[in-house]
Amino acid sequence: MEFFRIKRDIPFMRHALTFNVISLVTFLLAVFFLATKGLHLGIDFRGGTVIEVSYAHAVDFNRLRTSIDKLGLGEYSAQAFGTSDTALIRLPLSEGTSSAKLSDRVMAALKADDPTATQQRVEFVGPQVGRELYENGALALLLVCLGIVGYLALRFEWRFAVAAIIANLHDVIIILGFFALFQWEFGLPVLAAVLAVLGYSVNESVVIADRIRENFRKMRKATVPQVIDNAITSTISRTMITHGSTLLMVLSILFFGGETLYFFALALTIGILFGIYSSVLVMAPLVMWMGVSREDLVKPDRKGSEAAGEKILP
Amino acid sequence: MNRYPLWKYIVIAVALVGGFLYTLPNFFPEVPAVQVSSARGKVDATSLAAVEDALKAANIPLRGIALDSTGIKVRLTDTDTQLKAKDLLQAKLGENYIVALNLLSSSPQWLAAIGALPMYLGLDLRGGVHFLLQVDMKAALDKVADRYTTDLRSLLRNEKVVYAGVAREGNNVVVRFRDDSERNKARILIERNFADLLVREADSGGELRLLASLKPEAQKRFQDGAVAQNIQILRNRVNELGVAEPIIQQQGAERVVVQLPGVQDTARAKDLLGRTASLEIRMVNEEPGVLEAAQAGSVALGSDLFTERGGSQIVVKRQVVLTGDRINDAQPGFDHRTNEPAVHINLDGTGARIFKELTRENVGKRMAIVLVEKGKAEVITAPAIREEIGGGRVQISGRMTTREANDVALLMRAGALAAPMEIVEERTIGPSLGAENIDKGFKSVTYGFIVLALFMCVYYMLMGVISTIALVVNLMLLVSLLSLLQATLTLPGMAAIALTLGMAIDANVLINERIREELRAGATPHAAIQTGYERAWGTIVDSNVTTLIAGFALFLFGSGPIRGFAVVHVLGIMTSMFSAVFVSRGLVALIYGNRRKLDRISIGQIWRPPAGTSAAPTKA
Repeated sequence: MEFFRIKRDIPFMRHALTFNVISLVTFLLAVFFLATKGLHLGIDFRGGTVIEVSYAHAVDFNRLRTSIDKLGLGEYSAQAFGTSDTALIRLPLSEGTSSAKLSDRVMAALKADDPTATQQRVEFVGPQVGRELYENGALALLLVCLGIVGYLALRFEWRFAVAAIIANLHDVIIILGFFALFQWEFGLPVLAAVLAVLGYSVNESVVIADRIRENFRKMRKATVPQVIDNAITSTISRTMITHGSTLLMVLSILFFGGETLYFFALALTIGILFGIYSSVLVMAPLVMWMGVSREDLVKPDRKGSEAAGEKILP
Repeated sequence: MNRYPLWKYIVIAVALVGGFLYTLPNFFPEVPAVQVSSARGKVDATSLAAVEDALKAANIPLRGIALDSTGIKVRLTDTDTQLKAKDLLQAKLGENYIVALNLLSSSPQWLAAIGALPMYLGLDLRGGVHFLLQVDMKAALDKVADRYTTDLRSLLRNEKVVYAGVAREGNNVVVRFRDDSERNKARILIERNFADLLVREADSGGELRLLASLKPEAQKRFQDGAVAQNIQILRNRVNELGVAEPIIQQQGAERVVVQLPGVQDTARAKDLLGRTASLEIRMVNEEPGVLEAAQAGSVALGSDLFTERGGSQIVVKRQVVLTGDRINDAQPGFDHRTNEPAVHINLDGTGARIFKELTRENVGKRMAIVLVEKGKAEVITAPAIREEIGGGRVQISGRMTTREANDVALLMRAGALAAPMEIVEERTIGPSLGAENIDKGFKSVTYGFIVLALFMCVYYMLMGVISTIALVVNLMLLVSLLSLLQATLTLPGMAAIALTLGMAIDANVLINERIREELRAGATPHAAIQTGYERAWGTIVDSNVTTLIAGFALFLFGSGPIRGFAVVHVLGIMTSMFSAVFVSRGLVALIYGNRRKLDRISIGQIWRPPAGTSAAPTKA
């Protein structure tokens, strides 16, 4: 079985400009949504209380809301969560009342109204902790970007490092854009997914960069666009199959992993899908534009014999 | 060609056997159990026998009973017997022991002996409570400054130094003077009497002032002490909840993490942790006949009947003579004269004064030190006042073992809570949700894996089967590593396992695709395999390093469940590098290595483009 019956090199680079324009447009769209709608931050970053309550029967939201309203806690949200007998209640941080005890008060009120109410899960994040998690998240993102740029610059060449990180940040912004557009909840697990995607989609760039380097060595007479075209075409089967496999596992998490992992898996899915696009069709054109040439990657041979390249045997 | 040296096979074999053994404990189901540990009593062979006898007498069937460093563990048959056993043992053993419900692994002893334990499940898989408590340092330091304000005032007055005013400003004490010579006198006095204070001249607005503040080392010592004291208090209180394997740790300079697996009643736990205890010193009502009357039911007017720590009862007058916040410190030690265990108490200025008067008027009478915690009061100790005690340093001794002296000192410190704490983060998972989460995680990994394996075998034929076997080995090694390291497995961690499997397949796809390419270009099968592995290795390393960078960043900056994700992610990458390349290469060498002449390998269809087209790839 061979899915990728490619007769000749696909001339990707001819359309480099088009691809770059598409990327720019999607990027700007994502930024637009982030700026206007903003991310719907979960309690992990904003602070607040989340209570998951299950009943022995389908949730009667009217009764639920009446019980909580009596406590006079101000704004809150109560929605169905997963199955029909479970409700998820979100309470923002409140001044004055010890926030930690808030969940107990709510549960007591709900239980008084309906004894079958069982508390499945409570999460409370104080304002300080929320702020710290937010800052730590941003730092983690920065660290990963710097680490990747550094490593790639070391292994390949600065143009590849910069192009790769731009391509992959493009992915990250797109994911954030989706979350802003649909106002999906952005919590700690989603951040973890974003960082995982960042690390993962750089893989693609590495594979292609590696192939470009090999081609520069082997295809002596080819022009830069030809070299890149060949690199992308020959790795396309591998790219598609790998992404397909990872997507398979992620979809498994999406369907079977339950509500808590839902947005995590969603972020991963978007990241993987757009990752295919960006790593192939964003990084390569960028590299070409930045003026990469054979000399950048292939050190001039001293003896004239072909450098065999790095061979680290397992 | 393509033969694998023997030592490499041995490495693979060792890894496989090790992986299998350390994964094994995870397959043994958990069994309801009861754990007995000591609060104040001793847990040893005699207590073991006592427990066994008690259970036998009540006809409660046992699955097993063992004594180890954490206490006595009794494995039972089901949750009903578990509850019965707990109630029985708690009633039998009394307050000196903690009897907790627990779920213990039923894996055989010999596995545990080699360090093979089931994976350590995080709270979101086990159910339980996680609190992050913050010590309110500002309030604590304010209180300290208050105390020093009073003390400085008393000192200056006693030494007849003329001053204009003493007040607290923030964390400092400001003393104002009209006269420079008085100020110098004051300064020398303060520096001599309070070694922890740093005194500076800080004139403002034309006034002569002295600014007294805690020296940095003293402040740090105080802060560390406040957190340590709070941790100690928490530990005692958590013991009361009867939780097996609680975690109470300092996190950073001002925070404490409390994790209580299996606790359901979070309201009670929160209440317990937030309790403030107060210490009161009252006089004992020693009038004849009062004790018997109180025990019979009629307590004298203005008095209360309390239980002393030894178990005996005592009648104490209701009037509070001295409160616990006057106590600066309480340390266990020894009486200078008699060498018996004693408790040395440091009172602050006001406390010292009150105490001096108290002792002067009550030589020979007993005073009771009462610990009051939300309605429950306990007399820690009730020593007789032997002589007039002044200077703020008090010693209580008599009828105490060293251990009791330790406990009394602890309780006195607990009563004099230096720094209040508040809950800044809470995550609670109910047990049914925990079990559900395990189920979901398990399903995601399994179903995804099955589909993936099917695809690989169909697309790449035998090489696909080899890749799948390598993936299974990967999974096994990952689980065994997690079990060995006792790393915490959380729900995101299980997602990371699924993700790792999806990413691990990348390496094998790289190798297989490369081999196909080589074959397409006309290389011999042996050479194709060789080149495939060689070329792919460098790329695999590069791509995995970047994923590792992301994993490390997540580990450093993540917390709780996210950290669990990062740990599994990072470990998964390393096991996948090993199994995808090393193990699969070994398998290939095993299957194909010995054939001198190899015509074709089973790697699925090698589609060759029709002649005359410029085929990709071009090879030199």
